[in-house]
Amino acid sequence: MKVMTTTTTDKSAVPVLEASGVTMRFGGLVAVHNVDLTVRAGEIVGLIGPNGAGKTTFFNCLTGLYVPTEGKVTYQGNVLPPKPHLVTTAGVARTFQNIRLFANMTVLENVLVGRHTRTKEGLWSALLRGPGFKKAEAASHERAMELLEFIGLAEKADHVARNLPYGEQRKLEIARALASDPGLLLLDEPTAGMNPQETRAAEELIFAIRDQGIAILVIEHDMRFIFNLCDRVACLVQGEKLVEGTPEVVQGDERVVAAYLGTPFEGAPGAEEAAEVEAAEAASSGAGSGSGSLKKSGSGSAKESGTTGTEGEAQ
Amino acid sequence: MTTNPTEQTPDTAEAARTTALRWATAAGGLATVASTFLAWTFTSEFPGDLTVYGYPGGLQVLTLVAGLFVTLLALASLGVKGLGWLVPTGSAKALRMAALGAFGTTWFTVLAIAVKLGGLVNLEPGGFVAALASAIPLVAFLLPDDTRKAGRPRELPSWAEILVIVAVFGAGLYVVTYGIDTEYAELFTGYLITVGFAMAALIKSGVIARLSALTATYRQVTVIAAFVAAAAFPFTQNTDVYTLIAVNILIFATVALGLNIVVGLAGLLDLGYVAFLGVGAYTAALVSGSTASAFDVQFPFWASVLTGAAASLVFGVIIGAPTLRLRGDYLAIVTLGFGEIFRIAMGNLDGVSGPQITNGPNGIPNIPDLEFFGYNFGEPHTVLGIELGSYANYYLLMLLVMILVVVVFSRAGSSRIGRAWVAIREDETAATAMGINGFRVKLIAFALGATLAGLAGTVQAHVQHTVVPEMYQFAGPVPPNSAFLLAAVILGGMGTVTGPLLGATLLFMIPAKLQFLQDYQLLGFGIALIVLMRFRPEGLIANRRAQLEYHETDQPDAPDKGLPGSGVGITKAGA
Repeated sequence: MKVMTTTTTDKSAVPVLEASGVTMRFGGLVAVHNVDLTVRAGEIVGLIGPNGAGKTTFFNCLTGLYVPTEGKVTYQGNVLPPKPHLVTTAGVARTFQNIRLFANMTVLENVLVGRHTRTKEGLWSALLRGPGFKKAEAASHERAMELLEFIGLAEKADHVARNLPYGEQRKLEIARALASDPGLLLLDEPTAGMNPQETRAAEELIFAIRDQGIAILVIEHDMRFIFNLCDRVACLVQGEKLVEGTPEVVQGDERVVAAYLGTPFEGAPGAEEAAEVEAAEAASSGAGSGSGSLKKSGSGSAKESGTTGTEGEAQ
Repeated sequence: MTTNPTEQTPDTAEAARTTALRWATAAGGLATVASTFLAWTFTSEFPGDLTVYGYPGGLQVLTLVAGLFVTLLALASLGVKGLGWLVPTGSAKALRMAALGAFGTTWFTVLAIAVKLGGLVNLEPGGFVAALASAIPLVAFLLPDDTRKAGRPRELPSWAEILVIVAVFGAGLYVVTYGIDTEYAELFTGYLITVGFAMAALIKSGVIARLSALTATYRQVTVIAAFVAAAAFPFTQNTDVYTLIAVNILIFATVALGLNIVVGLAGLLDLGYVAFLGVGAYTAALVSGSTASAFDVQFPFWASVLTGAAASLVFGVIIGAPTLRLRGDYLAIVTLGFGEIFRIAMGNLDGVSGPQITNGPNGIPNIPDLEFFGYNFGEPHTVLGIELGSYANYYLLMLLVMILVVVVFSRAGSSRIGRAWVAIREDETAATAMGINGFRVKLIAFALGATLAGLAGTVQAHVQHTVVPEMYQFAGPVPPNSAFLLAAVILGGMGTVTGPLLGATLLFMIPAKLQFLQDYQLLGFGIALIVLMRFRPEGLIANRRAQLEYHETDQPDAPDKGLPGSGVGITKAGA
């Protein structure tokens, strides 16, 4: 499990993002409850938790999509404004769990849209087309092509985004986020639906982004990926932060394992329960072909089937 | 084909059959041409004088053209030297379209004679000959499909390519002028059939694709040629009748183009857009020095243009600011409401139900003609030895306004702000996450659209010499109204420059020319729009983005592949 993480965590590094006491309520439902999280410069922080734990809601609180009911989020010492576009302007960029590219725009145009906050040209300069406009456009193009080069999509710049294969769409989303020159990049399940090779490539890409001095906060279900990648990992369960620490600490924490796999009943021995499950599975063997993939470090689908036990109780 | 087919391989038999069919098509085309030299009817009651032998007239000319076109295409498909350029991507489908065109035009004419004059007895033998002859090219439907990828076009020197562009726009001017100048409904219908099928044939044969590649290479030449051709229109007219139609088409098209910024680029459904035209027109009327105006002022034209545009801008911001924070349908409802409020308010500011500003339903009449440095727009002038009527002045002025709007559209469309509009339309959440202030960007689009409509409105007030509230309703028999504007944008193709121009031209000419449709016009448009949405939701002229959006399957992945059916100069604002 444990592989070479080029850990550069320095406890004294300046915090880039500080969330303190973030609580998000939707009516009576408390989706996120009193979560503190700090991301320091040059750090990759992972956020894990079973489905429905509130990870994406927490993300949305950070990016201004939701205004947290309580608590505050600061970026480089300044409280983040409660508007997504202002958060991006401040220097926090994000990707989405379900890819949200501008499907009918070209790859290049997608990245150019990402440059929006770092360019100033308004309607007038677009209409008058002065030298300033041309210079800014050229600079945007250059930077966008640089980013496409970086993620390896430069030769597909003129393709329409919707025609890209799934893995490349994920990459393009990252490039689009990087185009706003962020200091902190929030990645919401960047490897969901990827095969192991693509996941490896994504890992390399994220390390490369970190090496450019961009702090990264990443939500992921793929444990192997997250424990390889992150300097620190926080685990959210039912809206609350259960544990935070180095991958080793979190990996070894019983509560985390319990949250993902469910706790055995006090009185009932495991063997008996396992037999019960097997019998049930045999009865419905026609239904699921993925029953054999109940491995801890498997792909997303295996993870989901592994967590359904706690899920059902949680909801 | 006297040879025994069993001695031949199936391939050669097939080839021989194809050749024979092509010859038959060519012969049919020629026969159709010949038949137009006969008399088709014996009274001159049917307009166009189709009674003379040896001299085609009226609808016969259209049949002649359609027949010639079939013959040319058929000869090209037979590999006649010098015609290969006509069929770069295969001839069978193009021949079918052309054959349908000739057949449609001829049969329409013959049937129109029979219906109008009350029976087939009114047909001379020539009419029957024509009907039969024009049916022969339909054998093209038996031809095997020979669609192929276009080969590399022969290299032409650049002066020749530019000459081709100029010639095409010259021909385009002639065709459009012919359409505007058609004097009776039958001729216009025949014109629509002939031109529609000929265009379809040219698209199928790949000529249009090659032309648009050519125009893309010489963008500047194309744009200049297009506007020179447009400016040449009034010089082809003897009277003001059709120039007035052309001015109204230009006004309608300009406003449709402004709406295209709002709907096509930013994706905001505005159902009350014509109100902004009205704001501009009323403002210009009030400051025009008209005796009926409540204000006793007479602004110079530049000032009234600015005032009108500014008033529209203010209204655009007032309407947009509270509603653009909402998504989707709310905006449509509010703009629909605003459009109606404007019309009703103008009708009520008559001194009885409100302050006396607009004369209520009577409107503001007697708006004086424009005058620039002693150049009166209301009088005919002689330019280059050709006498231009008063509407020619307005035509040229309106053309300038349209050029301005086209420039605004294409420049704004391909810039940071234009990308932001499209991004907002594609996915607002993702766009805001990219740092785009959705509200601000949408408000800019909305206000810009309103301003451009107001600008057109100031000219419209002077062209019409009068403004009344009923000119600015949601739906009505006479364009421009909000429903027709939206229809023009959707019919032509959202997000393109040429689309709304084509859409507006069609939507204006059809009701203007086919008066007999009057009662069924809205029904007809409704049906036409439904059919269009079913078969070509991206509009007649599609930009690449729309083409992809509406046709999920069969997406061309290669970016630079010319899409079939894309018209001239479509990439201008599309990319």
